Amino acid sequence: MSEQTHHDRQGVHQRSDHPIYEELHDSPDFDDLRRRYRRFAIPWTVAFLSWYLLYVIMSNWAHDFMSIKLFGNINVALVFGLLQFASTFFIAWLYARYMNRNVDPLARALVARYDTAIGKENPR
Amino acid sequence: MTNSELLTAALFIAVVLVTVGITFWASRQSSGASDFYAGGRQFSGFQNGMAVSGDYMSAASFLGISGLIALNGYDGFLYSIGFLVAWLVALLLVAELLRNSGRYTMADQLAYRMQQRPVRTAAATSTVVVSIFYLLAQMVGAGALVTLLLGVESESVKALVIVGVGLLMIFYVTVGGMKGTTWVQIVKAVLLMAGTVLITFLVLAKFSFNFSDLLGAAAENTGKGDAFLQPGLLYGANLTSKIDFISLGLALVLGTAGLPHILIRFYTVPTAKAARTSVMWAIGLIGSFYLMTLALGFGAAALLDTGPESEVATSNGNLASPLLAEAVGGGEGSTGGAILLALISAVAFATILAVVAGLTLTSASSVAHDLYANVVKKGAVTEKEEVRVARIAAFVIGGVAIALAIPAQKLNIAFLVALAFAVAASANLPSILYNLFWRRFNTRGATWAIYGGLITCVVLVASSPVVSGSEKALFTAHDWSWFPLANPGIISIPAGFFFGWLGSITSKEPESEDSYDELEVRALTGAGAEQAVVH
Repeated sequence: MSEQTHHDRQGVHQRSDHPIYEELHDSPDFDDLRRRYRRFAIPWTVAFLSWYLLYVIMSNWAHDFMSIKLFGNINVALVFGLLQFASTFFIAWLYARYMNRNVDPLARALVARYDTAIGKENPR
Repeated sequence: MTNSELLTAALFIAVVLVTVGITFWASRQSSGASDFYAGGRQFSGFQNGMAVSGDYMSAASFLGISGLIALNGYDGFLYSIGFLVAWLVALLLVAELLRNSGRYTMADQLAYRMQQRPVRTAAATSTVVVSIFYLLAQMVGAGALVTLLLGVESESVKALVIVGVGLLMIFYVTVGGMKGTTWVQIVKAVLLMAGTVLITFLVLAKFSFNFSDLLGAAAENTGKGDAFLQPGLLYGANLTSKIDFISLGLALVLGTAGLPHILIRFYTVPTAKAARTSVMWAIGLIGSFYLMTLALGFGAAALLDTGPESEVATSNGNLASPLLAEAVGGGEGSTGGAILLALISAVAFATILAVVAGLTLTSASSVAHDLYANVVKKGAVTEKEEVRVARIAAFVIGGVAIALAIPAQKLNIAFLVALAFAVAASANLPSILYNLFWRRFNTRGATWAIYGGLITCVVLVASSPVVSGSEKALFTAHDWSWFPLANPGIISIPAGFFFGWLGSITSKEPESEDSYDELEVRALTGAGAEQAVVH
């Protein structure tokens, strides 16, 4: 807290410039962490945005298809909309599971290294 | 006053008393800036998930969307879908990284590697603009509710109510800070979910829980037939309106992760993992709620008169939910109808109060922390003084919102909120994403992204048929509109990204590139992130 406040007040830039950040940044574990995070986040973002835009575009220009009645008064448009809900719930669940398993352990290890380095300088 | 009006008044007063009580309780537990801005970072993921839902499910969702569906059928459903899918952008790309790299405001994570004064000024400007657009929508909702409940058409009474809501929101923020506001959101989320579940249940019960029959009745009652259940009734007329639909869709899905009052919610939890848990809960709650808007909207279409002279239509749909509650409770004049109408109106009122409090807090925080403490005083300011300025800012912003809300009464709430989403997506999202993912991004890029997106967006809205040149425009006497779309997103969002890119590549700032390493480590791991306050 005190370190953060110090830089907040003094510098034009807010970063701490502590060498431990460069050290962690250059470590293979961090590369691995970033790769794992991006490998999930970026393709899935592309996927759900495309899926959503497909829905918007079809609502505009595939009127006849969207109007096909599947059962009773339930048409394709309604089911397509509900599938957007289902996919949102599913991707959110998948993301949490992926992060818990593949990313959090690496992040914890890196934070431990950070705490050790900072702790050495400021024994409490 | 009739009995039902007395009941309504009593429930409204109860909502006010409960929230005022919470606010006083929270104020006794708060001390210092971290409590005022971030609730001490002590909220659990679940609590914050409830609060995020409370902040997000505004009058636009509860009154606006069901009204749009009631009047225009299927096309109104896009709002529900866009508002929900948008959470994946927040979850996958923004929530955790922002929690780790920021502190109190949206500008904090930009200031981490940019020159503080220009980026904080820019971010504070866009925070205030987005919040005021959003506030307007809530105030319009408050005005509409009062017209319905007290049966007063008088403009001065409406204006008085808007002033009252404004004063209350100033009270919540100045006294309760983030802690009080968060608890108000949690209580409101519970009330709103309970109210919505109840009405949905009663509506579905009328149709023996057969949703297909409900849709059929809606199609028949509105006289629009199958077209009412198909896309295109509102936006399908011609190419311009179809492009408007895409524009709206983009603004909805990209706006959430740029809404300042949602972003600062992630600072109220102790860790990035808790931020993730909050979003998971929020997605669950918000998703269930938006599914129920289908029953509310089509239910209103099936059970109420939605003809051009009806109360639903003249309120632009804003009154569909409360009137539906009255209908399923037994209809006008019945005791059940009166009770449900009063209950749902009180829930809507609680919703409005909570959301305006969240928005006012956000913009007041940004003015105090970004503009006053770091730009004007260059950091030479005590926490106490900063919080005092935040309280003053809450007064000013509340006043501006009150003044603007009075002439905006004619617009649909969900539509107004969609404009706030467009501003958020154009001005805020580009700089947030560039900052987190692009090493080359720098101060000029950030300010150009924010001002470029913001100005493009505001100019296009001002030149659109929403502001002048149509029957329902804000100003009907003159017509200066030249931009055909009601929602500017399709132009202004790419503009924000373009200006951010252009600003970055036309300037060199080695410091901001060097700082990217540190930001990246902090954002992805949480090393050195802000801790919870221990009292």
